[in-house]
Amino acid sequence: MALEDSHVRRAAHLARIAVSDDQASGFVEDLSRILDMVDQLQGVNTDGVAPLAHPLDATQRLRADEVTETNQRDTFQRCAPAVENGLYLVPRVVE
Amino acid sequence: MQWETVIGLEVHVQLATHSKIFSGASTAFGAEPNSQACAVDLGLPGVLPVLNEQAVAMAVQFGLAVHADIPEVSVFDRKNYFYPDLPKGYQTSQMYHPIVGPGEVEIALDDDTTKRIRIHHAHLEEDAGKSLHEDFHGMTGIDLNRAGTPLLEIVSEPDMRSAKEAAAYLKAIHSIVTYLGISDGNMAEGSMRCDVNVSVRPKGQEAFGTRAEIKNVNSFRFVEKAIAFEVERQIELIEDGGKVVQETRLFDPERDETRSMRTKEEANDYRYFPCPDLLPVVLDQAYLDHLRSQLPELPAEKRERFQQALGLSAYDASVLSASRDMAEYFEAVHRVCGDAKQAANWVQGELSGALNRENLSIANSPVSANQLGELVQRVLDDTINGKAAKQVFQALWHGEGTSADAIIEAKGLKQVTDTGAIEAMIDQVIADSPAQVAQYCDAEPEKRGKMIGYFVGQVMKASRGTANPQQVNGLLKEKLDALL
Repeated sequence: MALEDSHVRRAAHLARIAVSDDQASGFVEDLSRILDMVDQLQGVNTDGVAPLAHPLDATQRLRADEVTETNQRDTFQRCAPAVENGLYLVPRVVE
Repeated sequence: MQWETVIGLEVHVQLATHSKIFSGASTAFGAEPNSQACAVDLGLPGVLPVLNEQAVAMAVQFGLAVHADIPEVSVFDRKNYFYPDLPKGYQTSQMYHPIVGPGEVEIALDDDTTKRIRIHHAHLEEDAGKSLHEDFHGMTGIDLNRAGTPLLEIVSEPDMRSAKEAAAYLKAIHSIVTYLGISDGNMAEGSMRCDVNVSVRPKGQEAFGTRAEIKNVNSFRFVEKAIAFEVERQIELIEDGGKVVQETRLFDPERDETRSMRTKEEANDYRYFPCPDLLPVVLDQAYLDHLRSQLPELPAEKRERFQQALGLSAYDASVLSASRDMAEYFEAVHRVCGDAKQAANWVQGELSGALNRENLSIANSPVSANQLGELVQRVLDDTINGKAAKQVFQALWHGEGTSADAIIEAKGLKQVTDTGAIEAMIDQVIADSPAQVAQYCDAEPEKRGKMIGYFVGQVMKASRGTANPQQVNGLLKEKLDALL
């Protein structure tokens, strides 16, 4: 599958990654090569093979429903750019 | 043209675990902002989620209660979107292999019939944090205490055909989760939230119309109101030559309307993929059998039993089985007094009235089921009459005594059935009321029946409400008619 510039820009926007014009054309090439490989994989006959949810042949371990964490808000908020009344402050978002 | 409404519901139920779905942080409601958001909930680098076994058990219990298929393997996926109250940049959810497969719920309708609503699936996911849009100097405040709280999202098939059916379905889900004890079901605190998919189509047409999704519908009443508004909006739109667009709308309870939410064009590009941090969850038959054996009797089964075995009406059975607290209270009253119909009348009448007046839940009733059962028993064995029973109830309610018997004794409410004593009171009343007696004797025979009420009232008053009313009636009639 051949990627276009607009695909890369859209993916970058969704991931909130800043990509300059110069970088974008490089990514178009790199990502297209990855997709070519995926195309190659698509050609393999997988009839009767169950989709793989995880590469490890193991199942999820569960933990007991116990509160094990203590309040470490002050520590965590030390690396936040802005806090007030215990809240993290972020640029205004209104839907 | 005749229109048919088609409704499907997505209900988010907050599971009543102590800790979060993937971390050991507390889920308690109402804590200081961000005091219950740990490194996993904050999405800090290098952390890994570990699944809460209780969240899995609760989801499976729900599945078993709605007779759903529980697949052996379920898988967590990442739903990617950018929003500040979602610190990881994705919500861990289940898109392709949910923990609960297709099932069904029976709802009770107003005409005493029932209808089956199919459940498409139910999946586990984590809740996001809360954004506070009050002005923080032009910034938004983020509280991540709720981030990572386990949710069970229950997705119905589009099987409902009216706002009433949708409300009945929501109530049925509420009953099931509270019976199971897997959620407190508190809609005001957001423990149960609901998105409604609504479309209309000409009656008889098979293909569905274009649907709108209404968010933020957080009470039983709002579900009905939001749907009623939305159905009218869509029908008007189509009849005026317009077209319904597939969109997300927000219900505004204050203005009683739904509004289109501004949607970004890429809003629905969630780029789901299996979460590499979590392995597939595998449930074996022994585990399912164990959970099945622990299931309590569920609302639909109780409703059925209340009708079949106890002879209650469909309405009574439905009201009394709606919540587990109500059902258990009623059953305890019934056990003590032995009469289902009387127990039902007292629980739905005097008790519910008093609870509503003081805005109390039945779990916090000042009168215990045992106390009420003993009171009903005293009515049934003719120790007290109905009027005195209401007095005893009030006394119990206000803590004036610990048992019906003690209050009956203390207040001297024991019913007087001794004919001699009642006759003496009647004679006194007749002697004290010459004018009324004369009126009675002069009245047309068909009017006397009504006039006797005055004398009954006087005798009951003289007995402080303890005389047996049927006896008073009979004896009075004899004595008055003898004066004619």
